[in-house]
Amino acid sequence: MAPLDRADVDTDQIIPKQFLKRIERTGYGPFLFYDWRQQPDFVLNRPEHGGAAVLVAGANFGCGSSREHAPWAIRDAGFRAVIAPSFGDIFRANSFKTGILAVSLPQSQVRHLIDLASEDPTAVIEIDLEAQQVRGEGFAYRFEIDPFVRECLLKGLDEIGLVEHHATAIADYESRRQEWLPAVK
Amino acid sequence: MGPMPARTLAQKLWDSHVVTTGDAGDEPDLLYVDLHLIHEVTSPQAFEGLRIAGRHVRRPDLTVATMDHNVPTRGGMRAADELSRKQMEVLAENCEREGIPLHQIGSRRQGIVHIIGPELGLTQPGMVIVCGDSHTSTHGAFGALAFGIGTSEVELVLATQCLPQRRLGDLAVNVEGDLPIGVTAKDIALGLIGRAGTSGGVGHLVEYRGSTVRGLTMEARMTLCNMSIEWGAKAGMVAPDDTTFKYMEKRPHAPRGSAWEAALDHWRSLPTDADANFDHEIELDAAQLSPFVTWGTNPGQVVPITGRVPNPRSDTDERALRYMDLKAGTAMADIAIDRVFIGSCTNARIEDLRAAARIIHGRHVHPKVRALVVPGSTTVKRAAEDEGLDLVFKAAGFEWRNAGCSMCLGMNPDILAPGERCASTSNRNFEGRQGAGGRTHLVSPPMAAAAAITGHLVDVRELV
Repeated sequence: MAPLDRADVDTDQIIPKQFLKRIERTGYGPFLFYDWRQQPDFVLNRPEHGGAAVLVAGANFGCGSSREHAPWAIRDAGFRAVIAPSFGDIFRANSFKTGILAVSLPQSQVRHLIDLASEDPTAVIEIDLEAQQVRGEGFAYRFEIDPFVRECLLKGLDEIGLVEHHATAIADYESRRQEWLPAVK
Repeated sequence: MGPMPARTLAQKLWDSHVVTTGDAGDEPDLLYVDLHLIHEVTSPQAFEGLRIAGRHVRRPDLTVATMDHNVPTRGGMRAADELSRKQMEVLAENCEREGIPLHQIGSRRQGIVHIIGPELGLTQPGMVIVCGDSHTSTHGAFGALAFGIGTSEVELVLATQCLPQRRLGDLAVNVEGDLPIGVTAKDIALGLIGRAGTSGGVGHLVEYRGSTVRGLTMEARMTLCNMSIEWGAKAGMVAPDDTTFKYMEKRPHAPRGSAWEAALDHWRSLPTDADANFDHEIELDAAQLSPFVTWGTNPGQVVPITGRVPNPRSDTDERALRYMDLKAGTAMADIAIDRVFIGSCTNARIEDLRAAARIIHGRHVHPKVRALVVPGSTTVKRAAEDEGLDLVFKAAGFEWRNAGCSMCLGMNPDILAPGERCASTSNRNFEGRQGAGGRTHLVSPPMAAAAAITGHLVDVRELV
């Protein structure tokens, strides 16, 4: 676990704009929190948090832009989940598409995890998506998640493929659209 | 069948775009997308995904591309760096291969994606509009459901023209009364975010209502809706009315003749029913608003220009004060600035440039300030030049640039140097947003113009 005890961490901090110019989906890990990492005492620079798979942060994590490069950078840096009291909507949706689990827990439980990770960097927690629980020594916190998202993550489903199953309904909808709606040929 | 239950604008927009209804809560609703706007930064990986899977763009005719995020705003059409050039080339190749219309750099209608959509009449009431950019909420000003999506969702929409979505809460922001002199739509947005907080709108579709909103021009409504994401809302919208229709009529892609009449009938049915309910409502009194300016590193850290840098109330506030190099108690109007940026999808339409030019006319930029005007689109730039606004700006010492996102996010060479302080008409004052170590104060266009002249943050009402 790596504790990032800050609220309103925006996507410009997670991955600054100068690193959005790649045309690939990978290779963003070294640029995660780039500006903050220039400060030697930044928490993610500390060796005891190296290799952490879970980032625990303050409320409204991932607010700001729609850049999916943010969860790509988090994934590429080795994280598999982010736990926070709340998330920016677009960031949360992007995380799930990237295979990063964005877990919302009440403020007091997040505080416990941040304190735990700060005091004992070797503390291990387990995130059980099937049971919707974050577990550690002496605690088990239940979290809620969209059932469709949970299903897609557990089964590794291709969302485009799922939507394509509705091809008939989509074509039917298209045949009913108002004729004045703009189309550019 | 009984009578139709009363519905909000957002509910009507949603209902009319449901392709399939989620079963028993497990699958979300599948919404049809009427217009998908794309740009060079968030689309390349989506096209690559399609290519790998052997898929194609389902509706290139409902997809429109522009180059905006990293285009240079001076010195010809070549981007300053190899990676930016590559992104623009890749967009052009992808559009060519899939038959998607592209407004590329140097073309007559190129501009910021959220400025050209309305300008071309592509943005219309009653539509669902998405784009891989969080300020897509701008298009809600027309009574459309418009929101930002990530790159995986861009790929999904390219492939299927649909998007699975969960229904969200309805939130009304009621603004009543006349706006005081010197107070703009930007100040409504900043005042609202200061009150509601940066996550106050999360999980909601917002409708801006009330006599003040009804009295706003389309351009001002776009500014207001544009900032919806800055307090976390999924989308912001304003019900279409005669102001909307007047703006729309005769735009290149607006319906004509009998189609226009049919469209009007439909558009007039969209406003929220009189007895519809919202999940939450926020009331704002326009008379209580003043020109606002941010002091911190998120848009909720904001005070009236007549105010002072507040005492920190949290770690976030303390961090922001350190980053901004400000001390609690300092009068906002005593803060000297180095740069001024008038531009962005928030405030770079023709009315914004006119409002700034009115303040600037006959005055000169302070010798210690470097000031930049970046029109939101090539069309806005042409219109401004036809009116002679460029001459007003240039005579005052402003740099007059080509259209693009520019210093709003600094993906092109228009950036702040570390430690530089900027009065900016953009939408985000995040750390490093306008350049690593740069310090941003968000303001309206007249406030930015006034700051350029005096060399410090200043109450524009002292200059009118």
